[in-house]
Amino acid sequence: MSLPNVVLHVADVHKRFGGLHALADIDLQVEEGQTHAIIGPNGAGKSTLLNVIIGKLAPSSGQVVFEGTVLTGRKPYQINQLGIARVFQTPEIFADLSVLHNVMIPALAKRDGAFKLSMLRSLEHEHAVRAEAEHMLHDVGMHSAREDHAGSLSRGDKRRMELAMCLIQHPRLLLLDEPTAGMSRHDTNTTIELLKKIKSRGMTKVIIEHDMHVVFSLADKISVLAQGRIIADGTPDQVRGNPKVQEAYLGGTA
Amino acid sequence: MFEAIFLQFLNGLDKGSAYALIALGLTLVFGTLGVVNFAHGALFMLGAFCAVLFRQLITLETVTLDPTQLSPWGAPLEVREPLVQSWFGDFGAVLVNYSVPFSILLTIPVMLVIGILFERGIIKHFYKRPHAEQILVTFGLAIVAQEIIKSIFGANPIPQPMPEEARGAADIGVWLGMQANVITYPIWRLVYFLFAGVIIGGVFAFLQFTTFGMVVRAGMADRETVGLLGINIDRRFTIMFGLAAVVAGIAGVMYTPLLPPNYHMGMDFLVLSFVVVVVGGMGSLPGAVAAGFLLGILQSFASMTQVKAIVPGIDQVIIYLVAVVILLVRPRGLMGRRGVMEA
Amino acid sequence: MLAMPRKDVVLFLGFAAVVLAMPIWLQPFGAAYPDLLNRFAIFAIFAVGFNILFGLTGYLSFGHAAFFGVGSYAAVWSFKLLSMDALPALVFAIVVSGLFALAIGFLSLRRSGIYFSILTLAFAQMSYNLAYSVFTPITNGETGLQLSLNDSRVLDRMFSEPGPGLPSPTLLGTPLSGYVAFYFCAFFLIATFFIAQRVTGSPFGMMLKGIKSNQTRMNYTGVNTRPYTLAAFVISGMYAGLAGALLAITDPLAGAERMQWTASGEVVLMTILGGAGTLVGPVIGAWLIKYFENIFSAINDGILTQFWGFLPDGAQHTAVLISSKFVGEGWFLTLGLVFVLIVVFLPGGVMEGVRRIAALFRPNKPTPASAGTTASKPHPAE
Repeated sequence: MSLPNVVLHVADVHKRFGGLHALADIDLQVEEGQTHAIIGPNGAGKSTLLNVIIGKLAPSSGQVVFEGTVLTGRKPYQINQLGIARVFQTPEIFADLSVLHNVMIPALAKRDGAFKLSMLRSLEHEHAVRAEAEHMLHDVGMHSAREDHAGSLSRGDKRRMELAMCLIQHPRLLLLDEPTAGMSRHDTNTTIELLKKIKSRGMTKVIIEHDMHVVFSLADKISVLAQGRIIADGTPDQVRGNPKVQEAYLGGTA
Repeated sequence: MFEAIFLQFLNGLDKGSAYALIALGLTLVFGTLGVVNFAHGALFMLGAFCAVLFRQLITLETVTLDPTQLSPWGAPLEVREPLVQSWFGDFGAVLVNYSVPFSILLTIPVMLVIGILFERGIIKHFYKRPHAEQILVTFGLAIVAQEIIKSIFGANPIPQPMPEEARGAADIGVWLGMQANVITYPIWRLVYFLFAGVIIGGVFAFLQFTTFGMVVRAGMADRETVGLLGINIDRRFTIMFGLAAVVAGIAGVMYTPLLPPNYHMGMDFLVLSFVVVVVGGMGSLPGAVAAGFLLGILQSFASMTQVKAIVPGIDQVIIYLVAVVILLVRPRGLMGRRGVMEA
Repeated sequence: MLAMPRKDVVLFLGFAAVVLAMPIWLQPFGAAYPDLLNRFAIFAIFAVGFNILFGLTGYLSFGHAAFFGVGSYAAVWSFKLLSMDALPALVFAIVVSGLFALAIGFLSLRRSGIYFSILTLAFAQMSYNLAYSVFTPITNGETGLQLSLNDSRVLDRMFSEPGPGLPSPTLLGTPLSGYVAFYFCAFFLIATFFIAQRVTGSPFGMMLKGIKSNQTRMNYTGVNTRPYTLAAFVISGMYAGLAGALLAITDPLAGAERMQWTASGEVVLMTILGGAGTLVGPVIGAWLIKYFENIFSAINDGILTQFWGFLPDGAQHTAVLISSKFVGEGWFLTLGLVFVLIVVFLPGGVMEGVRRIAALFRPNKPTPASAGTTASKPHPAE
């Protein structure tokens, strides 16, 4: 039912919490290879929408379809196995392990899928996985820190490592939840640079963000959420010029 | 048949009261301090031994040899004079008779001090540490407490007599308009049940009607916000821990006539009380109390011969069975809140 | 499968040498007699197995003694019904405890955190209570399960007539007593250490560490954690069963007290004391506890009086009185105190202490991330 180049289709999603209509009539189509940003002021329903997309919240009506598969009701690991990776607002990493191992775990998980007893051979013999992980750390500029304790990294480095953890799985869709939240200006800029760099990989990305700077430097397409509804949809230029958006959002913060 | 069921119901009340009291303190500590206290049973046990100590103190005797009187074997007769009687006269005899309730007076300050020492000395360093480490350190404290008691009072249970007036049984059936001797119930168990009711009511009233209690309840609902309000949470935490220790302690004192205290009774009750707390729902005070009585009564029914004939051994495992079923089917317990301790 | 990195080979060979030479190097400590050596090996196996669950996945089980007890019962039943040979007893014990662990783990692992701990505790207490009541035909209740002259021993009877008196366990005809029994246990300790080493250093082990570190990230990495934790649970249950069976082999008797929660607590103590999440830590913890249990329980007032002999009379008396509370029957008090101190000041156990001391000697070298340790000293990245 969705067009062949639509990767993620949020179809007529409503979400009510008691009397509160948190999401109303959300219809989003994310096209392959695009970076699609969802922006909106605080309380607009961005987090709710994200939670509906990843199946954490069940929509009151409507559904979320990823490449022809309905996501609703699936467990996080099943959603990941379909090819969706996620970056969290606060980096979710393995703080007790080394940076290299942090990146190797997703690679192994991707390779071995479910639990297998063949996983009892030695780690030292996982040359391919190790090489891939090191390569990925190069890409995000973290190679020299590969033996470091992940818990002791700076916020920006944690984010870069988390990105590497997602990218090594070659997801077809990458969800980014406020990737620069709580970061210094410097860390924000390096993160934007990194996201621009991985843009060339042709991966579809959905970014939830309220930082305009981040959104306009990255997005191909922007959907503006206000009070649970999509009030505007289009290229950055279209959205920038939209008076409704300026009223609902830019007017308040700019 | 009705009488039998009613009797089992009553029989479950005293054990249920003890469970409810221990679970109440456990939940208070968990809800306010966020600490999983495996030493809480030990506090119950320490309270019980306060009663033992009190009785030992008031029954100290002076022994003098009276050379004017000779025993049948020709040795001078020993004259034992209880110290309390020489000091307090007749009141001494009353004191000895009512040693268990009177020992509460000793127990309250002792448990308060022990509780504060526990919290200030050890527990407060564990607020931010993982639950596993809290379990481990309080588990260690429990071992220390019970071993100290064992080395002082020995390994054998020390029976504590109840006041003479409470030794008989109350004919509850008559009160309810039934024939005499249909339903009789030991008076002390009734006393314990009423006592538990008073304590539980007191704790709830304290939390409901005092400013202190309001802050504590707010803290149980949302610890971070209360911390942000600039309220000195630390001192309140200490007091809460002391209060929980006192509740556990006097619960232990009053239980001594029903179960001669021994050094490992704390652990025996703790395992059950944790089950009670979990069944009630981690962090829910009414849940803990309700589950305490519920499990006590269930246990009493499971020990009926008729029930045991159908399911052999059920009396041994009923509590754990209930816990397992509740945890698997309704992990938040009867009244638990979402997201507590689920990580 | 057999190819190992050199570091691991060195550790393994070193460990094997230390274990095999125990009868020699424990001589000066007065601990080199078979009965105690057996316990060193057996409880080390128990702790190493427990660590595969607790140390790697972070799931704190308070019911592992149940598997230990089941292993003992299974071994004694194998002696009674099949043969006095140790091998069928071990196989039977490992299979039975593994199945038991599978059932309990399947249910308990539906929850995590303290709920998991309580579930395991509840199952273990149920097993313990039932062993004393309904299951007395299997467990022989308070007396404990023992060998008797009328046991069938089907396999043994096929080859030989029963001799007079109670038989004792053998290994392919060789009686398992004295140092033979110790080397039998030592072989299993070394073998199980090897397996634990392989588990820790494998992708499987890394997944377990990932589960301990961040379960959320693990889920969003596409990993269904349940099969991993269940595998770890069953493996550690089988280790416990093996240890229980070995205890029954060195002394063919099984009692329900082995399943009590205090016994579960003991293996937790051993693992924490040595260092949870490390390979050798649990072994060291088990040895320390069993060694000091042995020493401390044997000390009596006479020895103490001698020890404090240099003090004047009054002080000597007081010193003896106080210190006597910590030895003999009071050994558990010492254990509890040490345990509290360890959890408060050295949560990584003896192994963390060793690391800290080692770090003092090379102060400028940044500590590389060592997987699975609770010690995490922050240091700037790059």
